[in-house]
Amino acid sequence: MSGIPMVQGLLLSVVLFVLGLVGVLVRRNLIMILMSLEVMLNATGLAFIVAGSRWGEADGQIMFLLILTLAAAEVGVGLGLALQIFRRWHTLDADVLTGMKG
Amino acid sequence: MALTLFYITSAVAIFATVMMITRLNAVHGLLYLILSLLAVGVLFFLLGAHFAAVLEVIIYAGAIMVLFVFVIMMLNQGQKTLTQERVWLQPGVWIGPSLLSAILLVEMWIIVGYGNGAETGSVVNAKQVGIALYGPYLLVVELASMLLLAGLVGAYHFGRPKQKAAKTGRSS
Repeated sequence: MSGIPMVQGLLLSVVLFVLGLVGVLVRRNLIMILMSLEVMLNATGLAFIVAGSRWGEADGQIMFLLILTLAAAEVGVGLGLALQIFRRWHTLDADVLTGMKG
Repeated sequence: MALTLFYITSAVAIFATVMMITRLNAVHGLLYLILSLLAVGVLFFLLGAHFAAVLEVIIYAGAIMVLFVFVIMMLNQGQKTLTQERVWLQPGVWIGPSLLSAILLVEMWIIVGYGNGAETGSVVNAKQVGIALYGPYLLVVELASMLLLAGLVGAYHFGRPKQKAAKTGRSS
């Protein structure tokens, strides 16, 4: 282990995660919210890779693979939902969708 | 030297992410998001996780982003699409991501050119990952396949064009 300190890699992952969180909270377009969610998942994967590289184990990359699988499934379902919402309400604004029929 | 590369790549990743969440247009944001994912891929390469770096580029920046492009293009049908395309193709839009990805390209060139000297961290190659994946983590692989199947069924269910659903939704 030489070169990149673990703390800085984890700091970068935290910064990326917070940026994604800010994106989720601030943006109101559903597509942009999904993209910010991708950034958050990616930052989590970066943390796992940093830890796996620190101890030289394959577990970090396996956890990254699982996060990748999760992101793929989430994007598929989320974009399908966004399409359905756009078909019904003709908008992608998340604030329009506050009411439920119940 | 590897630390310098790490700092440059981190700066590119953070800048691209900030630009992504501040773009008003979804396609511009998507461009910067792809750049951010590519930068994280270079970071994975720097950290010695080559297999994860390749997967990041192929699956994240390739497959998942193509899904986003498809949906954005599907939602933008209409008369104004042509003028929108004209606006999107202005140089000011794509020159920023292109320059930043050129930085990443130069970095990759340096890393590959220097061989093992530029890599840091302990290298975990694809063979180790595969052995661990199909050894102690076999059940997790099965669970991931179940998750992907559920995602496939859900995406098909939500995404299919159905006239009846549109009609009932219109009245609400």
